[in-house]
Amino acid sequence: MAGHASKQIDSKTLWGGKTSPFSTSYGKLMMWFFLVSDALTFSGFLIFYGANRHSYGGSWPIGEETFNSLPFLGHGYPLIYVALMTFILIVSSVTMVLAVEAGHRMDKRGVVKWMIATIIGGFFFLGSQAWEWSHFIHGSDFGKVELNDGSLAIVKGHFGEIEHFTVTKAGDHHHVGDKITEDLAHTYKHAVSEGHLNNNVITLHDGSEATVEKHENEHLKLLVKEDGGTHKKGDVIEGNEAAVIYEGIVNSGDADRVIYGANLEENEYGPNQYAQFFFFITGFHGFHVFTGVLINILILMGAIRGVYHKRGHYEMVEKTGLYWHFVDLVWVFVFTFFYLV
Amino acid sequence: MATVAHDEHDHHEESFVSKYIFSHDHKMIAKQFLMTAVFMGVVAMLLSILFRIQLAWPGEASDFVSFFLGDQWAPGGVMKEDMYLGLVTIHGTIMVFFLLTGGLSGTFSNLLIPLQVGARDMASGFLNMLSYWFFFLSSIIMLASLFVESGPAMSGWTVYPPLSALPQAVSGSGLGMTLWLFSMAIFIASSLIGSLNYIVTVLNLRTKGMAMTKLPLTIWAFFITAIIGVLSFPVLFSAALLLIMDRMAGTSFYLSDIIVGGEMLTQHGGSPLLYQHLFWFLGHPEVYIVLIPALGLSSEVISTNSRKPIFGYRAMIGSILAIAFLSFIVWAHHMFVTGMNPFLGSVFVFTTLLIAIPSAVKVFNYITTLWKGSIIFTPAMLFTIGLVSTFITGGVTGIILADAALDITIHDTYFVVAHFHVVMGLSAVFGMFAGVYHWFPKMFGRMLNTRMGYAHFWITIIGAYGVFFPMHFVGLAGAPRRYYNYSVYQDFDVESFDLMLDLNIIITVFAIIAALGQIIFLFNFFYSIFRGPKADQNPWRSNTLEWTTPVEHIHGNWPGELPTVHRWPYDYSKPGAEADFIPQNVPLKDGEEEH
Repeated sequence: MAGHASKQIDSKTLWGGKTSPFSTSYGKLMMWFFLVSDALTFSGFLIFYGANRHSYGGSWPIGEETFNSLPFLGHGYPLIYVALMTFILIVSSVTMVLAVEAGHRMDKRGVVKWMIATIIGGFFFLGSQAWEWSHFIHGSDFGKVELNDGSLAIVKGHFGEIEHFTVTKAGDHHHVGDKITEDLAHTYKHAVSEGHLNNNVITLHDGSEATVEKHENEHLKLLVKEDGGTHKKGDVIEGNEAAVIYEGIVNSGDADRVIYGANLEENEYGPNQYAQFFFFITGFHGFHVFTGVLINILILMGAIRGVYHKRGHYEMVEKTGLYWHFVDLVWVFVFTFFYLV
Repeated sequence: MATVAHDEHDHHEESFVSKYIFSHDHKMIAKQFLMTAVFMGVVAMLLSILFRIQLAWPGEASDFVSFFLGDQWAPGGVMKEDMYLGLVTIHGTIMVFFLLTGGLSGTFSNLLIPLQVGARDMASGFLNMLSYWFFFLSSIIMLASLFVESGPAMSGWTVYPPLSALPQAVSGSGLGMTLWLFSMAIFIASSLIGSLNYIVTVLNLRTKGMAMTKLPLTIWAFFITAIIGVLSFPVLFSAALLLIMDRMAGTSFYLSDIIVGGEMLTQHGGSPLLYQHLFWFLGHPEVYIVLIPALGLSSEVISTNSRKPIFGYRAMIGSILAIAFLSFIVWAHHMFVTGMNPFLGSVFVFTTLLIAIPSAVKVFNYITTLWKGSIIFTPAMLFTIGLVSTFITGGVTGIILADAALDITIHDTYFVVAHFHVVMGLSAVFGMFAGVYHWFPKMFGRMLNTRMGYAHFWITIIGAYGVFFPMHFVGLAGAPRRYYNYSVYQDFDVESFDLMLDLNIIITVFAIIAALGQIIFLFNFFYSIFRGPKADQNPWRSNTLEWTTPVEHIHGNWPGELPTVHRWPYDYSKPGAEADFIPQNVPLKDGEEEH
């Protein structure tokens, strides 16, 4: 009954009762209206996000600066990975269309094949999102720093590798002369944000102290994001001056002058709302993708068992398809507002 | 496809559970909605009596209050401040959402849509059942919140943050507020599922000949209401989800620069005003979700009992559509005092005033339908006329409130409370009563007692005006809403204070009278279900299709073929016809013109 609207019927007959005016089943109509309603929920979030961002006084994070990493390859690839995620999600919409089309031809094998492809695309997207979140939460190597005049700046450049810590004062755990080689980056960041790094001497959890053997950071650049006493939003500090300022802050032993990564209270990228909205809206969308994948799996099992073949039509595939396309469409908006604009 | 599915269901025997509890039959679901709504309505009314006692006799001990609230919330029979706020909040929530949204639409959309469009049942009986049980569950959670030790939600039915976002704000902002939010989330799901069903049933399952321009106005009203619901509730859902995050995850979407007990909270940068925008984007259309079904029901009742076609059928449809559209672009008139740009405010003044036009069209059409009709004053007809009356009274004060310059002075006073109770509360309740009296024979196969119906009507309308007419003057005297008592006014304006107190006593007395009047209805309702006189198939000599079905409910509604529709539903007193009504399924005679 679906997809046979090509017959010409005059509008008086079409709307005159006994026939569906849109030549579709009630189930598909319901799905459409549900999607309209869901679209309004997302609109509520995105407009809220837009209003909050617009009324924010300082500078809002820029997508290219925040999201510039690739798995295994490190930094310096602005928006490449999210572009890949988006591309794969859109491709999964294409495979969904192919599944629906196979359903019209009553081609069970085709439906199964393309549904599997769609599900794989969905899983890839979810996995990527998990990676993005994890990266967003852990943050960059440098973090966001508070300069002496109270201004805030994010840091770009090449982070010098940490070789090891050499223990100089024994604690409950470590002995003098021990070389610590594990979990260095994490320990280092934690110490910096807690103010436990002082003139290249790090105070470890057990109370021991160690010197840090680390290559020098290179090509440092401080991008000022919030006005302070002397530095204003948009200033860029480069060269030797940048390195002196940054190393000074990191080694100052003051807590809370460097923020790494993001949580619901603060983040290194911008105002706290930025991370809150990022987590909430991409999370809400991710939840939609997740339920979409689950529904796709149920439909795939139905198709494999031949439920729809016996029924004589693959409309369930079509309805799920509508939902899946909607989820993809919403992502285009989320992508635009969080990454591009 | 749907009809095929239902035919398969016709044959197997039904158990008690599948017939009365998890029923897929729209008529049974309608009755379930009605029973739940009646119960919720009684609870909400009782809550209002409790806080009216506090307003009329502040600080005086009352056995009645102490009986219901006990020592914890009314030590010595005097209500505590927190509980007062809780009662106001839950009264509003139940009345707006559970009685007049879930109850009104749920009952009559379910009962009348399949019957009046000529369908065997709703498009999806299963989802319809789900919609009721979600509604039931959310009702239970809302009622349960009344019994929580820290009290129910206390931030008003609009639950504005930060009061609702911070558990430490007021005792009810703890578990009570959490339950409120969960109840509403489930309610929204119920409303969404129900609305989807109503929309597609009207679109897809009309019987042969039932063109959109032959639909009874009731169906148009339910159809548009469902569309408004699908478009507005999801926005409340987004607002509520963000509020839940603020409460539970420590985000600060709505919170900024708040000091509690001398200590600065860490949350900053959020905007409580954005909640108001999201809330009222639902909140204003919600007013029409409540009102439009009542207007639809009364269109049917008024035409049938005037024995005249409804005046301006197409104008009625047009004005419902216009109201529905305008309802989405007026929300900020609830927020004139939030410091919005005066130019923006004047835009919202303009759009708000525009709504008066389609509303007036509807009122004039009602009056012109009555004009020179052979009016039969059934109780349903009286309640309908009552609706027209309250709709005018409340509409007039609406024009005053639409004007930002006037609204800013009387914002959040009892003038506003009186306005929306009259125009939306009373009108919708009167419409709902009209619906119950008119379609009771269809629902239960028996008639309600007419004399008790008259008594019920007169007590209700006198009580209602006795409550809300003086309330306007309390508001003009400067009494803000949601205040526990007004003793502070004694210090600087004794005259206003005396006026408020005197009027508050009058209001409370009338509220008690009106509440007692409802006992007549409840008795009549439950007695007649079992003992009322048996109803004829078409007791009101009405044209619409539901009166062509047998009195005893059967699954699938019509025993044989579905009826075919040949004419519009308002062929009353047609010149040249034998009877003064011609049902929709009677074919046109040779040479007979359509209305």
